[in-house]
Amino acid sequence: MSISPLTASPPATVGPSEPVLDPQPPRPLSTRTLDDVLSVVGSALGSFAGTWVVYVQLLPLSGVLGFAICWYVAFLIMYASVNALTHPRPIVVSKLMTVVMTSAALLVGLSLATVIVYTAGKGLKALIHLNFFTRDMAGVGPTTALDQGGIAHAIVGSLIMLGIAVAVSLPFGLATAVFMTEVGGWFGKVVRTVVEAMTAVPDLLAGLFVYVTLIVGLGWERTGLAAAIAISVTMIPIVARSAEVALRVVPGGLREAGLALGASHWQTVRRVVLPTARPGLATALILAMARGVGETAPLLIVSGASTFMNANPTTGPMNSLPLFIYSAIRSPEPLTIERGFAAAVVLLAIVFVLFAVTRLLAFFSVKKFLKRHPTQEMATPGGLWTS
Amino acid sequence: MDVSVSPVDEPRTIHPGTPRVDRVFHGSVRAVALVVLVIFGAIGLFLGAKSISTFHLYGGRFLTESDWEPSLNRIGISSTLLGTMLVALTALIIAFPLALATALYISEYAPARLKPALVSLVDVMAAVPSIIYAAWGFFLLMPHMIGVSHWLHQYLGFIPLFRVDTDPNAAVLAQARYTGSMFIAGIVVSMMVLPIACAVMRGVFAQAPIGEREAAYALGGTRWGMIRTVVLPFGRGGIIGGTMLGLGRALGETVAVAIILSAAFDFKFRVLENGGSTISKLIAERFGDATTVQLAALLTAGFVLFVLTLIVNTIAAIFISRSRSGAATEA
Repeated sequence: MSISPLTASPPATVGPSEPVLDPQPPRPLSTRTLDDVLSVVGSALGSFAGTWVVYVQLLPLSGVLGFAICWYVAFLIMYASVNALTHPRPIVVSKLMTVVMTSAALLVGLSLATVIVYTAGKGLKALIHLNFFTRDMAGVGPTTALDQGGIAHAIVGSLIMLGIAVAVSLPFGLATAVFMTEVGGWFGKVVRTVVEAMTAVPDLLAGLFVYVTLIVGLGWERTGLAAAIAISVTMIPIVARSAEVALRVVPGGLREAGLALGASHWQTVRRVVLPTARPGLATALILAMARGVGETAPLLIVSGASTFMNANPTTGPMNSLPLFIYSAIRSPEPLTIERGFAAAVVLLAIVFVLFAVTRLLAFFSVKKFLKRHPTQEMATPGGLWTS
Repeated sequence: MDVSVSPVDEPRTIHPGTPRVDRVFHGSVRAVALVVLVIFGAIGLFLGAKSISTFHLYGGRFLTESDWEPSLNRIGISSTLLGTMLVALTALIIAFPLALATALYISEYAPARLKPALVSLVDVMAAVPSIIYAAWGFFLLMPHMIGVSHWLHQYLGFIPLFRVDTDPNAAVLAQARYTGSMFIAGIVVSMMVLPIACAVMRGVFAQAPIGEREAAYALGGTRWGMIRTVVLPFGRGGIIGGTMLGLGRALGETVAVAIILSAAFDFKFRVLENGGSTISKLIAERFGDATTVQLAALLTAGFVLFVLTLIVNTIAAIFISRSRSGAATEA
């Protein structure tokens, strides 16, 4: 039930002499009827009861998963037959597909929820200890209680590696994106093709490449720096590609206006194009950071794992959150596994915070844009993960 | 009159000239792009170059031998390559219908107010690190999947794919035979494939022309009728492209597979059975104690994976770019 504001309060300017229009009740725009709601609820309850009788009481079957599948199938059949009583076939098919699509989306959402809830639940025991965030694992055995030791070394290691990776991949990625959109030419097409291909190449191979060239070839130690370089190699194509999307949506008219006013190409790019695309570029960078901080495969190969705090990326092994989780959950000790899950919660939290920042940036840039040009549609770079 | 006016206007030559600052600008971004190109070209060339020596040493046996036993000098990737494909295909078979349905739900069925939130939720799903899916799969999913694997074996075991090397009706369920299988690894990988495929499909569905949608409704079509005749044909390129992109991701997934799959080098199609191997798992686990020759062999395996993902992703890119050009509407 919604009452349109137009009919709720008649405008005050209407004088008494003018003929009062017959107030028409607002027509409901929603096509959902009571019938629709009841047929879904009724079929769900009916099929649940029927499945319970047959599956649990009559047949020698057991298992929650089997029950859920049988219930779902019974529900679809019942829902289809209930609708077939009153509707022609095309409408029954359409209604059935609506239910199938909705339930598939629910299943996907539910599995994502179990991932997050299960990780948080298993990590909770270790997370409530403050020392988990302030101590490292030096001298802490796999069976030591949770009120000793922590993952400060892995958090610091991850942040240092991420910092170096951003410092490397931002200039390279951004300059490549600027080259692809602003300079272009045949060489730009070649670069774009290669960058697109590289976003999809497994991260592991980047790690393998860095391992063989820097560690085997040049005789480097397995250090935080080598790990950061491996992460940068996986981040550069992501930054370049999504920054290119952000630069491409800058209206061409702005560039032409800059050039027509006598600015050089460099001035136009620096003063017009880059500032206009700033929110999009920030989103591109942060999404690449979210990807980079969770990168595990290259670290397996390139970075050594330490149990102690090492804030120097150039010497000695440096641990990181993904690597800590990887080794912790492979341990047979329940306490170590709990530490692994707690570290996973911290990693998830970092990723989600980075993600929330991109949403906020997008939100504010849209708001600012709408304030300036209330009637225009804004072209925002969408689908930065994949396009 | 001392000022002579030429009867015809001479076309003046224009020398726009590039300012020096722009030449520096163009040169430097071009140089950076060249460096990036060289780095990424180097990865491919490097892996390719290292492969030559392996093929010299092992010849065609490298592709046909199934075992990876460096101590016996028996090194080959046939079982590993098959395992890579099987895990990726399992992931795709699970992820494809769910991704398609979720993409359709978000673009066609979801209430308009919820849509942006759902789109970001799919992005969040893509942003969750693979190590977290791996932990979830190992501790939560695997114990629950033993029953499913056993059921499939018991009732569909006559299909070679679902065979397991144990008696399905034994009094005591041989649980260990059903853990760490390519099937379970595939399910976990499908969680990572799904958001990628879903995002591409949704993007293409959202571009289905509004005029044709309204035409379908105006002719009296139901919602599903409209989707079947307008959205799905229009989005065909996106469906194929998104799926291929997901396949590329599935082929290269390392951590989840390394944690869940138990190592085994049999050349087998039995996905429900414990054990298996994929290229990325092989590299992640064997590079540490590898000699120079073995390292070259691992790099060769990496090269095979590289070529495989490159082919799959190129096909995906072609399909996606075609679907976005709008050419599909004319057909």
